[in-house]
Amino acid sequence: MDSVTLIGLGSVLAAGLTIAIGAIGPAIGEGRAVAQGLASISQQPDMSNRITRTLFVGLAMIESTAIYAFVVSMILLFANPFWEYAISHAGG
Amino acid sequence: MDLMSMQQITPDQVIFWQWGFFRLNATIVFTWAVMATLAAGSWLVTRRLTSGTRALSRRQNLLETLVGAMIDEIEGISPREARTYLPLVGSLFLFIAVCNLLTVVPGYAAPTASLSTTASLALCVFAAVPLYGIRSRGIRGYLGQYLQPTVLMLPFNVMGELSRTLALAIRLFGNVMSGMKIAAILLAIAPFVFPVVMHALGLLTGMIQAYIFAVLAMVYIASASRARQESKQRA
Repeated sequence: MDSVTLIGLGSVLAAGLTIAIGAIGPAIGEGRAVAQGLASISQQPDMSNRITRTLFVGLAMIESTAIYAFVVSMILLFANPFWEYAISHAGG
Repeated sequence: MDLMSMQQITPDQVIFWQWGFFRLNATIVFTWAVMATLAAGSWLVTRRLTSGTRALSRRQNLLETLVGAMIDEIEGISPREARTYLPLVGSLFLFIAVCNLLTVVPGYAAPTASLSTTASLALCVFAAVPLYGIRSRGIRGYLGQYLQPTVLMLPFNVMGELSRTLALAIRLFGNVMSGMKIAAILLAIAPFVFPVVMHALGLLTGMIQAYIFAVLAMVYIASASRARQESKQRA
């Protein structure tokens, strides 16, 4: 296997694994956060505005990690510097 | 959607016109388009402002509702000085919201899908935090915050400040870019119904991300400039 094939193989595998594993943690975390938020709203309905706002801010922070994983995966697939270097230097 | 090919992930790579070192790419064009839309829309509404409740035009009512809602949100975070933070935080929210909303227009690529735009917005927040903090606490009070609760926390506080700015930029960029990419990929695979659904989801996440960006900017500024008593109360 020459280096171009290896780079392509490694990039695709890494991109798939990155987003597959990277989305598990945030999904579990967000589920627990929303569950806790719903329990709090049901306990104190008059605070529901504040709870909802805090919940959304917290969800955005949790989601960031999933977004990092997605951005890395996208970079590996679409803006991969190693691939571009290998392609531009691939001899006959 | 038809503006960018499958290989390009940001509107930075779509170049309309080039002259020497100066490149006019899609990000710049659409940023200025959004700015022109916002400015022209506001000017049209504020030409004939009325303060009574009789001759209130619908557009003025809409803008007043928006501004009132933003002031309420800001007051929820920093109860005392909502008006001083309204220009910055409100502008951030309006700009990002309109950028993300206009994706329904065909041939448009959201400028927030480019890391340049989101990084510059995050840098605005990064610069605003010390400005507001020094203005309300003085230089010693603001710099003393980095030594809380002990001097050993100084590198962690500085790193935390840098990383949360980076997180602001990447969160907005990742959300908008991923919405665009998924819609584009689905368009190539199953072009009938699913791209519309993903596009609608992209609109929803665009609005949520605009709100999150503004609220986080407000939280960072408020945490740097809150008076001592209030911070001890909350802690």
